[in-house]
Amino acid sequence: MEIFSDDFTDGNAMAGPLREIFAVDMTGATGRCVSCGDEGPVAGMKVYAHAPGLVARCPSCQEVVMRLVRGPSSAWLDLRGTMSLRIPMPAE
Amino acid sequence: MARAAVSGGLSPRLVWRAARLVEFRDETPSARTLVFDVPDWPGHLPGQHVDVRLTAEDGYSTERSYSIATPADGTRVALTVQLVEDGEVSPYLIETLSVGDVIELRGPVGGWFVWRPADLAPVLLIGGGSGIVPLMAMVRARREAGSKALFRLIYSARTPEDRYYADELRTRARDDFGLDVSYVYTRKTPEGWPLPPRRLGVADVNNGGWPPDFQPACFVCGPTGFVEAVADILIALGHDARRVKTERFGPSGT
Repeated sequence: MEIFSDDFTDGNAMAGPLREIFAVDMTGATGRCVSCGDEGPVAGMKVYAHAPGLVARCPSCQEVVMRLVRGPSSAWLDLRGTMSLRIPMPAE
Repeated sequence: MARAAVSGGLSPRLVWRAARLVEFRDETPSARTLVFDVPDWPGHLPGQHVDVRLTAEDGYSTERSYSIATPADGTRVALTVQLVEDGEVSPYLIETLSVGDVIELRGPVGGWFVWRPADLAPVLLIGGGSGIVPLMAMVRARREAGSKALFRLIYSARTPEDRYYADELRTRARDDFGLDVSYVYTRKTPEGWPLPPRRLGVADVNNGGWPPDFQPACFVCGPTGFVEAVADILIALGHDARRVKTERFGPSGT
């Protein structure tokens, strides 16, 4: 099974694509997985880049927590596997 | 350096910038450091990376991420690129790109896998192969900032010839007070090396690292399999998972 191979990178690889959308860095945001409730940094998610777009899986339970597809005129961000994201905000 | 404070903070939209190659040097027979001049570069923190975009004449474009190898230095951005034989981007960057040529680059990105020179905690850096690149930016930034944070670097390479920055690391291990460097060789060792080639193991992390009691900030970077193994070792030794930061480059050899 693909998800047990080492053919993945991690959420650090999503820094650029997410920074295109969000005003702050998202790799240090803490996500909570819908499936298992585990919390961890976006940077620690397992990211598969060979699907169309980027697919991020929970490092604990392997469920999909984030999908990001960039088209020429829009970005599609699917967060249904993520319950919440706690995003560090820089001081004003 | 001052403007690096903006990294990870609220800043203008991430844009592709024209980056002109101003110099290069070969680190190994298959890795080259490329120094670009990027007008209006906002500065960066050690550990951050950039996305590089190449576009063919027919409009096909492809992107790759590369770690920045040096601390912020005006409009200069240095990347060390490992040649991937059947790769799409690295052969072009290493074999075709000449001084004066322009590519597209955006960044800096990544605000998690970074070391801040104001942080005084001991630091443990563990790099496998090209995973040394962002760690080297931290080692260089430490010296440049006059940081007193104690650093230990464990560098796993296939052979002595595959080590990046070999001369510089030798000099720094001698001259940068508070920096220790140890090596593990997985395919071939230098002559007279006390151990056979082998993968980095618990003993290496124990001997070359810090006890968990010191609560070091750990940075692990390299191929995915390497990072997974080292992170497991650190956790098993008692390091707090929240202080173990990892960056995976994907399967070994890509």
